[in-house]
Amino acid sequence: MLRDVGTVFWRDWIVLKKRLIKFIISRMVAPFLYLTAFGLGLGRSVQMASGSYLDFIVPGIIALNSMNISFHSVMPIHAERIYHKSLEEYLLSPISTESFLIGKILSAVLRSLISSAIIILLAAIFGAKISLSIIFLAVIILNSIIFAEIGFYAAMRLDTYEEMAQVNTYILLPMSFMCGTFFSTSALPEIARFFINCLPLTHTSLILRSLNEGNEFFATSILILIIYVAGGFLICRRAFQNLLEE
Amino acid sequence: MIEIQNVVKKFKRSDENKKTAWKVAVDNVTLQIPANEIFGLLGKNGAGKTTLIKMLTMQLAPTSGKIFYSGQEANKNSVEIKKMIGVVPQHINFDQDLNVWENLELHARLFRMEKLERSRRIEKLLEYMELADFKNENIRKLSGGMKRRLLIARALIHRPKFLFMDEPTVALDPQVRIKIWSLIEDLRNEGVTIILTTHYIEEAEKLCSRVAILNHGKLIANDSTENLCNGAGVKTLEEVFISLTEQGANF
Repeated sequence: MLRDVGTVFWRDWIVLKKRLIKFIISRMVAPFLYLTAFGLGLGRSVQMASGSYLDFIVPGIIALNSMNISFHSVMPIHAERIYHKSLEEYLLSPISTESFLIGKILSAVLRSLISSAIIILLAAIFGAKISLSIIFLAVIILNSIIFAEIGFYAAMRLDTYEEMAQVNTYILLPMSFMCGTFFSTSALPEIARFFINCLPLTHTSLILRSLNEGNEFFATSILILIIYVAGGFLICRRAFQNLLEE
Repeated sequence: MIEIQNVVKKFKRSDENKKTAWKVAVDNVTLQIPANEIFGLLGKNGAGKTTLIKMLTMQLAPTSGKIFYSGQEANKNSVEIKKMIGVVPQHINFDQDLNVWENLELHARLFRMEKLERSRRIEKLLEYMELADFKNENIRKLSGGMKRRLLIARALIHRPKFLFMDEPTVALDPQVRIKIWSLIEDLRNEGVTIILTTHYIEEAEKLCSRVAILNHGKLIANDSTENLCNGAGVKTLEEVFISLTEQGANF
């Protein structure tokens, strides 16, 4: 199984290697704008109880960036399934569903980690406080897996580019702003908080921020992320197997 | 030998009023494909050929019925059987982000070939298909004929015992078509069982020792080309095909 996972990952690594410089430069644009606009621009007039607004938003930017990168890393599978039909190559081969899924998730995690490293570097240049740790890294990985799984599921189930774009509009974009990335959710009405607390990005932002401020992380939030990862894996596996039964 | 026993494939389809209905694409097909032969699978568009091939190559599960490869049931031994199968699809389905060599290497890796073996095999097949000069070329830059030859090369990398070729010569120049015909005969002589679907009846007549004809998902003929012609009292397979598939046609 490891060998098959390696093959799937090898393919994505070859593609990434060809575009690595372009990938790194393009990944700098959004965080640079967020840090400039919200960190330096808006941030100067906002003071948080825990410190500067720049320090407050960096964990949120890392969380939402890992969400976007991992989701978009697996999006090409949609074109491979519907338009190029190159997904057939995997369906015809003797590799298992799990190997394919894990290989794709790992390559999404790699892209997400490269992108997160770029943000951390930029944030340090902007003078933000960053407290890195193993748990910090593990939470970014969990978040990346969750959104790679959401992207994978969408790529398996949706039939048009337009529908894929709607996932971005109706799922990723609201989460980008509502899940405690740019502001604390504590001021929101209780009913809104209930729904927001059901979303994985809220917990990623919460843990990363808490760790960055030197506080304890929330075990419940970690558990929720792990449940999302496990549930997402099973759903994605089923969606891939359904291709053989439709 | 491949044995197909009472295979049925139904697809669920919704109409404009969101009412679901079942469309039978392959209707209770029972068939034996002898080893080391070129076996033709013919039928008009929508006859069920591609669906049957997808089930034989385990890209689709049958709704009911069983498929056996050399006595092994396909559903229960899918990993082992997939290693014996090569597929040349009707459409060009290369990975657009990989070049010629990388596409072939991906296939070889998916079939768990060792590094040295896969390099040798890829080199040899690229030479044979006259594509060695294009090994670092982007897939998008190849001509239609080159892509077709590369599809065949890819399907052969892991030395399949059963090769499925779905319209392998569609839209090709006569010269390339003749080269592919010669290749198909060479493969048969090397002991590969070839299952060929084609719209070119003369292609099936030239290459295939046996032919099955599907119509509206049902198997309506299965015999040697000679017996089919003699049975219908006609001279060519094309006449057999037209007479069988036009019966009951309503224009």
